[in-house]
Amino acid sequence: MAYFLFRRTLGFVLTLLAVSVVVFAVMNVLPGDPALTILGMDASEDALAALREQLGLNAPLVTRYVSWVWNALQGDFGISHSFRVPVSELISERLPMTISLAVAGMLVTLVLALSLGITAAAQHGRAGDWGVMFLSQLGIAVPAFWLSILLVMLFAVKLRWLPPGGFAGWDDPVAALRSLILPTVALALVQSAVLARVTRSSALEVMRQDFVRTARASGLSHRRILWRHVLPNALVPIVTIVGMQFAALVTGTIVIENVFYLPGLGRLIFQSIANRDLPTVQALVMLFAAIVVTANFVVDLLYVVIDPRLKARA
Amino acid sequence: MIELSNLSVHFGHAAALRDANLVIERGDRLGVVGESGSGKTLLALCLMGMAPDSARLTGQLSIDGQDMARAAERDWQRLRSRWVAMVFQEPMAALNPLRRVGDTVIEPMLLHDGLTRRAARDRALSLFEEVGIPDPDRRLRQFPHEMSGGQRQRVLIALALACNPMLLIADEPTTALDANVALRITDLLQRLAREREMALVFISHDLAAVARATEDIVVMYAGDMVERGRTAAVLGAPVHPYTKGLLGARPDVGVAGRNADGKRRRLPTIPGSVPPLQGLPEGCRFAGRCPVELPQCATQRPAFTQTEVARGAACHLLTEARHD
Repeated sequence: MAYFLFRRTLGFVLTLLAVSVVVFAVMNVLPGDPALTILGMDASEDALAALREQLGLNAPLVTRYVSWVWNALQGDFGISHSFRVPVSELISERLPMTISLAVAGMLVTLVLALSLGITAAAQHGRAGDWGVMFLSQLGIAVPAFWLSILLVMLFAVKLRWLPPGGFAGWDDPVAALRSLILPTVALALVQSAVLARVTRSSALEVMRQDFVRTARASGLSHRRILWRHVLPNALVPIVTIVGMQFAALVTGTIVIENVFYLPGLGRLIFQSIANRDLPTVQALVMLFAAIVVTANFVVDLLYVVIDPRLKARA
Repeated sequence: MIELSNLSVHFGHAAALRDANLVIERGDRLGVVGESGSGKTLLALCLMGMAPDSARLTGQLSIDGQDMARAAERDWQRLRSRWVAMVFQEPMAALNPLRRVGDTVIEPMLLHDGLTRRAARDRALSLFEEVGIPDPDRRLRQFPHEMSGGQRQRVLIALALACNPMLLIADEPTTALDANVALRITDLLQRLAREREMALVFISHDLAAVARATEDIVVMYAGDMVERGRTAAVLGAPVHPYTKGLLGARPDVGVAGRNADGKRRRLPTIPGSVPPLQGLPEGCRFAGRCPVELPQCATQRPAFTQTEVARGAACHLLTEARHD
């Protein structure tokens, strides 16, 4: 068990390190001179040279990489070229928005997908099953941004129940919550469609196993068998997909935040790319990658929590 | 207590169980024997209300005076564990792998008997002792993968006994176990039935185990009950050609593997196998494999003929013999 933890943690750290190398390398071989971006086309050669020196751009790549990582570990991602404030400040302002969206999207996805998937499995081959399968097929086929627009047209424009976009800040929690509902639903529906299918097929597999018959022979109700015996045993493939989906939700916020004008990391990365704001883009890409790697790491640990047999083997 | 009269189970047009008649009283120990496909397990599942969804039941199945042949799942849920309980064939797969065995065993107690967790745990402890699991306190907290096959089968027996059922059905409970473990499980089931005055239906193709554990026996072939009586009487002096064949097909440890002329002795077998449901003969279902077949066997179904009190068989030979 300790060895397993050690191996996984080591793998996690090494992956993050590899990601940082790739991110740094990609960002620094891109054409374009940051000094030129900051000072503009009319800047004098002397001024540009001075700025390059000040930004440390003349140092060798390896030195620059090491100092980037070293500073990043201490929460210093440099100064944003376009906003002229520390990147860490930009991130900490916007992180709550993106994380709330992703977490809320994940929760809605879990509730929807597990209940629909289990219902479909219980109704295998009957109307409920077909209904869920049809809806999930639809959900998988519809792109999130298009679904967002449809949701806005129905709930914001026509029914006027919810705001069409924008965000007034966390000071008014009710208003904040209301502006998050549509983006959350738009994010969650597509993911639920995928997860509901995984849940259904995994549950169907488990329902064929002998211990389900034992549970039934003990006089347990269908509902209890499904939720207390079948679902836990169906969780391993479900958790695998959930890990991938959390990553997809975090990156999915890039599209959703832009559709709904929400001040989050997704919108920030979009703006920073448009502004050629290298330190910001670099920090954000690294952050998104770190979230994805962390999600996978957590999933690996969850397997052991779910299945005691893996603990014995690990 | 439990009575089947003319209970049949149809899949489409084919009857996988035909006109089963059976009375099980408190304390009865009944063996059910027959080849694979003889309908033994289907009979057991009927007694649990767990016949497949596609099965159509006709006739009567009464438990405690209630007719359950067409009862709803919900009504069956109330009877399982408290009236009827079952131990299955494959102990390795029959326990939820993610649950501590103690939690599995106490679950029906919490649900059906309304016990508190503490009371249920105490009962589980004494059940584990009763079924012969050493160090029950520690075992309760183990997962199935931490136990041997024999231990798991004992856990499943404890689970089946959780709510003190009137009838325990054991469907080939020893098939997946080592011979000496199998013997001990057989004796355990027999002892439990006697001590608790509980009825036991012991399904097996191991005739020695059935002889050890039961007092009465039903021999099944292709969905028919072809012979029945006291276990000792039926196994000692079988009447039906199929029962004779089953007994003849037993490897006999006392007999040398070679004949006097040095040739390898072949184990006698019943030629052929149980025909598929769709291809059953019209008359006696054993026709075609029977060594002493009469002309009418292929077309006429033999009636069940009682030869003594609680003893009889369904075979044309019996009625022929009377006419002579």
